[in-house]
Amino acid sequence: MADFDSPTENPEDADPVSGWQAFMDDPSMLLFLGIASPTLLYTLWGVMEVLSVPVAGY
Amino acid sequence: MATAILRNPQDFITCPDTGQNLNKPAISLAKANIFTAIVFLLAGGALGLLVALTRWPAIHILPSELFYIALTGHGAAVLLFWCHFFEVGVAYYFVTSPINARLATPKIAWFSFWLMLIGAAMATVMVLIGQATVMFSAYPPLKAHPLFYVGVILFAVGALIPMFIIIATLIKAKNERTYTGSMPLASFGILIYAIIAIFTWVMGAVIMIPTLLWSMGLIHNMDAQMYRVVFWALAHSTQQMNIVVHITIWYTLAAVLFGARPLNEKVSRMAFVLYLFALQLGSVHHLLSDPGSSFAWRTFNTSYAGYLAVLGSLIHGLTVPGGIELAQRRRGLSHGLFEWLRKAPWANPVFSGFFLSLVLFGFLGGITGVTMSNQQINMIIHNTVYVPGHFHGTVATGTTLAFFAFSYWIVPLLTRHKLAFPGLARMSTYLFGLGMGTFAVFFMAAGHLGVPRRHWDITYADASLPFQFSATVQMLVTVAEIGAVIGGTGALFYLISILGTFMGKTVEKGALPPLAEPAGVVAARLHGGTEPHIKGLEVPGSLVLCLTLLTFLIIYYFAQYKYLATIWGIR
Repeated sequence: MADFDSPTENPEDADPVSGWQAFMDDPSMLLFLGIASPTLLYTLWGVMEVLSVPVAGY
Repeated sequence: MATAILRNPQDFITCPDTGQNLNKPAISLAKANIFTAIVFLLAGGALGLLVALTRWPAIHILPSELFYIALTGHGAAVLLFWCHFFEVGVAYYFVTSPINARLATPKIAWFSFWLMLIGAAMATVMVLIGQATVMFSAYPPLKAHPLFYVGVILFAVGALIPMFIIIATLIKAKNERTYTGSMPLASFGILIYAIIAIFTWVMGAVIMIPTLLWSMGLIHNMDAQMYRVVFWALAHSTQQMNIVVHITIWYTLAAVLFGARPLNEKVSRMAFVLYLFALQLGSVHHLLSDPGSSFAWRTFNTSYAGYLAVLGSLIHGLTVPGGIELAQRRRGLSHGLFEWLRKAPWANPVFSGFFLSLVLFGFLGGITGVTMSNQQINMIIHNTVYVPGHFHGTVATGTTLAFFAFSYWIVPLLTRHKLAFPGLARMSTYLFGLGMGTFAVFFMAAGHLGVPRRHWDITYADASLPFQFSATVQMLVTVAEIGAVIGGTGALFYLISILGTFMGKTVEKGALPPLAEPAGVVAARLHGGTEPHIKGLEVPGSLVLCLTLLTFLIIYYFAQYKYLATIWGIR
C-alpha cells in the first residue's frame, strides 16, 4: 500500500479542517443552498413577476 | 492540505510518467466524452465558419435558409455539445484521480453518455435537415420539429445524471477515506460545477418539456416572456458551468506546469462558493431590456448578486497568475515585474492556451459581461452583434482556449499517446486566441454602431425599405469575420493535433513529450494547499496585471455611460 500513497505527503501531517472548511466540504449542504438560491431569487421571483402582468383584453 | 491515499489499487493504473493514479472506468468515460466533444467541435466549427463567411459582406456565401441552419447548428454544437461533453469527461478525471477515488456507478455513467450522444445527434440532425431553424435561443413563436426538443431533453437528462455521479463519487471517496483533510481545490471546483449543472439541467427540463408539448400541438399557447425567463436559467447557466470548469483547469495547469499553489486556497474556495450563489443570477442580463419584470428583480440579480460573482472572478484573476508568479520567483525568475512571465514556456501549447485564456477571458469576456449587466448600458447593445462579440470573448477565448490547453495535457495522459503534430498544436492556441479575440472586439464595436445580431444580411439587399450601414460598420464586420477565419484555422490545427493524438500508438514510459513536470510532482500538487508565508507584495507582477484589468474595467464602464449619453441625450 505504501507504494501507492501520495509521493510527498503523510496523512498525519494534514492540516486540521476548520468548521467553516468542513461546511464548505459538505456536498449535501452546498447542493441544497446552491439549488435553493437561484431557484428562489431568479426563477420563482422572475416567474411570479411575469405571472403578475395583466393579460391584455381582446 | 489534503493528502490522497490509494485504497483500492486494483481499480487504478498508475501513469509511469506523471505518477498519477487513474481510475480505469473514469479514464474510459473521460476519453469517450472528450472524443465526442471534439467531434462536435469539428461539426460546430465548420458551421461557424459558414456563418462567418455569410456575415462577411463581401462574401455572403449562404442563402438565408441555409444561414439559419448553420447558425442554429453552430450554436447547439459548440455551446451545448462541445462544451458539455468535454466538461463531463474532465469532471470524471477531476473527481477520481486527484483524490484516488473510484468512480461511482460506471454503468450508469455509460448509460448517461449514450443518452447525451443520442440526444445530441437527434437535435443536430433535425437542425441540419432544416426542421429546427430556431437558433440557439429557440424563442417562441419560432417552433422546431418535436424531435429537436426530444433531442435536447435527452441530452439534458443525459448530462444531468453525471452530476449526481460526481457528487456520489466525492461522498464515497470521503467515506472510504481516500483523502484526508479538506477536499482538493480542483475536485471542489468540480463539485461547484456539478451543483450549478443540476440547477441548469432541471431548468432545462422545466422549459423544454412544455415547449415540446407546444410543438406537438398539445399546448396551444406558449407564453414568450415566461419562456425567456426560464430558458435563460438553462442557457446562461450552461455558460456558468463552462466558467467554473475552465477556472478549475487554470488552477490545475498552474500546478502542473509550475508547481504553483493558490496564494490562499481558502480564499480561492470562497470564490468558487460566490460563484455557486451568485453566478446563475446573472441570467437576468439577457432580459434587462425585456418588458414584464420589475427593476428590483433585474437589478438585484445583475448588479448586487452579480457583483459577488465578479468578486469571485477577480479573486481567481489574482490568485492564479499570483501562484505562478510566486513559483517562478522562487525558482530565481525574480528580476523586475515580469521576468516570471517573459520566461514562462510560451512554446508549450498547454501554457500558451491557458494563459491566453486567462487574459482574454478577463479583458474581453469578463469586463464586457459586467458592463452589459448594467440596465442602462444594456439598452445600447441589446440584440446587437455586441452580444455574440461578448460571448465569444467568454466561451471561445475563455472556455474553449482553456479546453484546448487542457486537452494537450490530458489526452496524452489518458491515452498514453504522444501528442501528434506538436507544431500545429503550438500555433493553434495563438491563432485561436488572436482570431477569436479579434472577432470579439470588432463585433462588439459593430454592435455599438447598431448592427443587429440575428439578421442574415446587414446590407439589407432584399429589404423593401432600403438601409445602408456606414463604411465603418462594413469594415468592422469584415475584420471581425477575418478574425473568425483565423480563429477557425487555429481550431482546425487543434483538431488535427488532438484527433491525431487519439489515433496514435501507445508509447512506453518516458516517451511522452515534456508538457508537464516530471513524475510524481503533478499528483502531489493537485492535492492543493496554500503557498506558505505570503507577505506584502510577493507577487507584484500579478498585482499590476489585476490593477490594469480593474482600471480598464472602470474606464470602459464610464466610457459606456458617455456613449449612452451621446446617443440617448437627456434634455
